[in-house]
Amino acid sequence: MARLLARFAEEIFWLARYMERVENLARILDVNETFSRDARGSQNWLSIVQLHADEKRFFERHQAATPAAVIHYYVLDTENPTSIAASLKYARENARTLRPLISTEMWSHLNVFHGQVKALEPSDITRSQLSRLCSRIKESCQTHAGIVEGTFYRDEGWSFYNIGKMIERADQTTRLLDIKYHLLLPSESDVGSPLDISQWNAVLRSAAGYHAFRRVYPRGMDPGAVAGFLLFNLSFPRSFAGSAVAAEHSLTQMKSRYNLKGGNHALELFDEIRSALGTYTIEDVLRSGLHEFLDYMQRQLILVTDELGRDFFGHERAAELPPPAQVGQSQVQVSA
Amino acid sequence: MTGVLSAYEAGAFFCEMIGLGGDTAEHTRGVRERLAGLDLAALQRRAEDAERELYNLGITFTVYSEKDAIDRILPFDVIPRVLSRADWAHLEAGVIQRVTALNLFLGDVYGAGHVLRDGIIPAELVLGNANYRPEMKGLKIAHGTYVSICGIDVVRDETGAFMVLEDNARTPSGVSYVIENRNMMLRAFPDLTSDIAIRPVDNYGPKLAEAMTAIAPAGIDDPSIVLLSPGTYNSAYFEHIFLAREMGVPLVEGRDLVVIDDRVWMKTTGGLARVDVIYRRINDDFLDPEAFRPDSTLGVPGLMRAYAKGNVALANAVGTGVCDDKAVYAYMPRIIRYYLGEDPILPNVQTNICREADALAYTLDHLTELVVKPVGEAGGYGITVGPKASKEELDLCRAQLIADPANYISQPTIQLSVCPTLVDGAVEPRHVDLRPFAITGDKTWVLPGGLSRVALRRGSLIVNSSQGGGSKDTWVLA
Repeated sequence: MARLLARFAEEIFWLARYMERVENLARILDVNETFSRDARGSQNWLSIVQLHADEKRFFERHQAATPAAVIHYYVLDTENPTSIAASLKYARENARTLRPLISTEMWSHLNVFHGQVKALEPSDITRSQLSRLCSRIKESCQTHAGIVEGTFYRDEGWSFYNIGKMIERADQTTRLLDIKYHLLLPSESDVGSPLDISQWNAVLRSAAGYHAFRRVYPRGMDPGAVAGFLLFNLSFPRSFAGSAVAAEHSLTQMKSRYNLKGGNHALELFDEIRSALGTYTIEDVLRSGLHEFLDYMQRQLILVTDELGRDFFGHERAAELPPPAQVGQSQVQVSA
Repeated sequence: MTGVLSAYEAGAFFCEMIGLGGDTAEHTRGVRERLAGLDLAALQRRAEDAERELYNLGITFTVYSEKDAIDRILPFDVIPRVLSRADWAHLEAGVIQRVTALNLFLGDVYGAGHVLRDGIIPAELVLGNANYRPEMKGLKIAHGTYVSICGIDVVRDETGAFMVLEDNARTPSGVSYVIENRNMMLRAFPDLTSDIAIRPVDNYGPKLAEAMTAIAPAGIDDPSIVLLSPGTYNSAYFEHIFLAREMGVPLVEGRDLVVIDDRVWMKTTGGLARVDVIYRRINDDFLDPEAFRPDSTLGVPGLMRAYAKGNVALANAVGTGVCDDKAVYAYMPRIIRYYLGEDPILPNVQTNICREADALAYTLDHLTELVVKPVGEAGGYGITVGPKASKEELDLCRAQLIADPANYISQPTIQLSVCPTLVDGAVEPRHVDLRPFAITGDKTWVLPGGLSRVALRRGSLIVNSSQGGGSKDTWVLA
């Protein structure tokens, strides 16, 4: 079998990331809609903008983070590169390029899914319909995942798909935690104080982790436990640690199975991530600053992506790179 | 006759389904009986399902506007065009003969040049042709196969006789539709296709891969083959995907390839990997900015150097566009006799070469009866169909002919054969042509059938997809 084209490796890596991003966004919008009907409502919608570090772009187009504005911006607005519509557009473009590599069913499903989202009108995303729409999008993403699992030929491309998916998932979990944790703890003195439980439910539900959390912590719920669960729990498929370890595992396996020389720097970065996860407890992290910890992890993931770009996707070496703003992230990367 | 053909009238044309002026086409009896068992509403419904499926499968070409990209399917008509075994045997032999002559002609033109010295064809027509590539002079081509993939456009006149309208020896497209149309018919119309022995079309990919292996540089038995595409913005991108998949080879773009020390490499996750054979779907001009258009970003700098050294094979070879020329076409019957000592099995349509004074005068005198075509264009552009043209169009055509006669040929209007076609809920006759596809490695193989293109506008003779054409599944009976 011929070697995987460098360009295809990059496209499949990002295809997986876009699809993971769509699913996460659908989860977040859905849960926000359900759990934001309280005094903090409008701030909750603003937090979605902050989650994507989109404040500047968003407020160029909208005056206030009203529910309608945020929902439109993140579902339909293809000018917003992180919206569901835009991510699906990119995913479908990549899939089209990748058709020689991916299964017909993967392509056909994504093509139809993209067509459905492209056809959405503003009247389809009113708040009363949002939850149903998000469920449909989430299920389509899960159908995609199932088709990939059931039909995608297990070669290098499959490894890059998995690495991309897991990096994106790890990244999304850090973002969710970063924004929500600080939103829910308005001042430093409040850290550790009992808070509105339903909001922590919402955080867990955004990551589909509520019931899993309950199995580990049958009683009670405090912010530290939730943050610790989402960061460290290796059995929970959407935790940061679980996703990062899965990405590392795929990379290690791929390197040995296909005898690839590249990827050593990326593995070192994963090693650093794992060592940080093994060294600190959630209590340490909260004491020394959750935001800083999450920020470090996000930066590590961006560096991993850069390394993959240089070692496998044919990007230029650092010395020949344009200014840092565009470093390595040729496709749509959410900034750290 | 009941069912979908009950109200069908073919008029004065030769009909692919019912023959000439009545129920004479014995070979289509089975299909007609099955069609009689379907009602029009059901056929319409299933046709819509079929089109939706083509869309969902992305068997589409993309039309780009400033803001948006719109996917279109090539309209697909569900009533098949059926060729008898005898008709196909005749066509197949004619196509093989023609492709053989084309390859001998190219080998001669880029080699010893006998055909020019013997005055079979005016030398300036070949050497002055925009698609003639002096870079090819003296290059050794494996098996003399310049044209590995050839599409020969064939039409049928009002008597049902086959004749060649055009040779496509550069990068003929459409074969993916032949195979996908068949897949679609087998899925959507099992009742129409069962118990009729139809020659399969699904071995095109393996046959193509076999030919690519045959033309590989000397000493390479298991060549690394790639398909070189201009990329996703090309309207035939679906076909590029399709063929790469069918052959199981990488679909690359120019930026994926690099030439080092006159050898071609592709950029992979494990570093550079050798490339031996390139099925390129990029025109000559864009292939190598060092050799041809310097502004081309689609090609691979240095590719022609590697090619000239024999380190990589290209299909089709560079410079085959000479044969696509409508002026050269006019000489094909003589070229066939010259190389093969045989009469053409498939004749040309009578062609007036307007660069010759007599032919120009004749054309100007009979403008309302003739089809006038520019010699360099592809895709049905710039054609004036005399009997259908307005006074203004005829005046414009006359002025163009006088200004630049060498740029035009004229042909009598052929009353193309028709096929019953589902149009707006009714079955009506529509004109069709046929593009059989021939693959040549060390010998020539012809895909049974080919692409039947259908002019969907009533009375239109222009079948090109860019001009409102659709396609039909083409059955060759076993």
